[in-house]
Amino acid sequence: MPLIVISIIKAAVVAFVLLTALAYVQWIERKVLAHIQLRVGPYRVGPHGLLQPLADVIKLITKEGVMPSHVNKFFYLMAPFMAVALALISISVIPFGTKLEIPALGFSTPMELTDVNIGILVILAISAVGVYGVALGGWASNNKYSLLGGLRSSAQMISYELPMSLAIVSPLLIANTLSMRALAESQAGFYFGFIPKWHLFQLFPLQIIAFLIFVIAGFAETNRVPFDLPEAENELVAGFHTEYSSMGFAGFFMAEYCNMITICAVATHLFLGGWQPIFPAPYSDYVAPLIFLLAAAFLIFHSLQTLKTRTWDKYTFPAFGVIFGGLGAGLLGVVAFVPWLREAIIPLFWFVAKVFLLLFLFIWIRGTLPRFRYDQLMRFTWLFLFPVALVQLLATALVVALWN
Amino acid sequence: MDAILFLIFAAIAVGCAINLVVQTHPISSALSLIGVMLALAVLYLLLGAEFLAAAQIIVYAGAIMVLFVFVIMLLNAGAEQRVNRAQFAKFLGVPALIGFLGVVSFLIQTLMPNTKDVVFGAFRNGTAEAVGRKLFTEYLLPFEVTSLLILIAILGAVVLARKEI
Repeated sequence: MPLIVISIIKAAVVAFVLLTALAYVQWIERKVLAHIQLRVGPYRVGPHGLLQPLADVIKLITKEGVMPSHVNKFFYLMAPFMAVALALISISVIPFGTKLEIPALGFSTPMELTDVNIGILVILAISAVGVYGVALGGWASNNKYSLLGGLRSSAQMISYELPMSLAIVSPLLIANTLSMRALAESQAGFYFGFIPKWHLFQLFPLQIIAFLIFVIAGFAETNRVPFDLPEAENELVAGFHTEYSSMGFAGFFMAEYCNMITICAVATHLFLGGWQPIFPAPYSDYVAPLIFLLAAAFLIFHSLQTLKTRTWDKYTFPAFGVIFGGLGAGLLGVVAFVPWLREAIIPLFWFVAKVFLLLFLFIWIRGTLPRFRYDQLMRFTWLFLFPVALVQLLATALVVALWN
Repeated sequence: MDAILFLIFAAIAVGCAINLVVQTHPISSALSLIGVMLALAVLYLLLGAEFLAAAQIIVYAGAIMVLFVFVIMLLNAGAEQRVNRAQFAKFLGVPALIGFLGVVSFLIQTLMPNTKDVVFGAFRNGTAEAVGRKLFTEYLLPFEVTSLLILIAILGAVVLARKEI
């Protein structure tokens, strides 16, 4: 097959999976937040609200797009488009796994869209330009709350980009490359046979500090709690997207979740070893089927109890239990008997599992921490985060230089 | 393919540059400038200078222009008022521009007559590694002098900001 056909197919698959994941990350977020706050969250649409994302999408598409009369029309319409387009582009340089190889057809392709030599720089560049979406949206709305939100967002993103870039540099120094694929591959192997050689565990306290700085700056870059000053409800109505409705609002919303997924994927590649498993190979292959089988057992066990919650649960729980059990058994069969599919699926599983773990961290913190005050936010980055990142980078550079 | 991409992005760069001058509102001008920089980054990429392309976007489009846009928004600058323009510019502007471009292209032709044609993909030393090696060996002195200059600029900015308080 020619390269262009493969690329188009891969781009279509990645876009479809990414957009579905975006919708369901939002479902997971609402569910987790609800359970943190002792609520049940989305529950009505589909079993346990599983069809809620679909309903939300239909609602957002069919809603009337109100065009306020006082806005700067061109920039007002361009801003959400820019935000979502830039957010979706950055996924194109992130590899998801090793490679998909079908020996029967003699077909082999790496599991990513492109592998560029400057992968991490491309992501930095796109996230640097991404601030215009929010800033322009705030300005073009011609509303003081929106303008304040846009200004806060741009100031915050410029400030947090510095510690973030410094935190990114130190794993790059260790791996000696800028390509995302080479970064993930450089973290293969284990110390003493059980501690994975992820960058997080290298040069002991330094890389953990770098990881924490990266994640904190990531919260600020994606405008998430505790740094969601650009859309602080109790001060700015809804911040930069106050004047947006229907698809304009959906654009900003999608961009936020897409940026979150990108940040988590980059953190996974930089610090958590990409698709490298946490145990040595023969055991780690069985984690994925085990998780699915445990989920199936849990669901079927629950369906046998007398349920007081939801009448449909006595049908949907066993149904999902059977689906998960089938998936688990299928995976077990793949791991045991189909080596070429195992080579593709198991790294993908580890990568996705790490990304979702980090996404869970984002949601968890949203449910736990209050919002910063604006002066605290700026003081924190310039007087604490930035100096710490600088010292950490210097120490890492010194150790790497002495080691070689 | 390369030539087509070059023509497209060169046209975008020139179009954005003209738009930058024509627009009366500062935000439109600033965004046109960003367009110029992004198009230039693509041209760098076509010529094989991948590190330079990324640095162009990160530094110019991502940092400097964000500050420009930030300041324009903060001051809430309105559209520029055009008052009676000079008669000289009205009638002699375009002929003078054409004459100036003619002189410049003539000088380039005579001063650098036998430059080789650009071959897309021929230049291979644009990687981050190659740029770093050049910077820290051959061009070490200019590099250090530039960093000193930037340090002085930062100190100057700090001193100026202190006086305001």
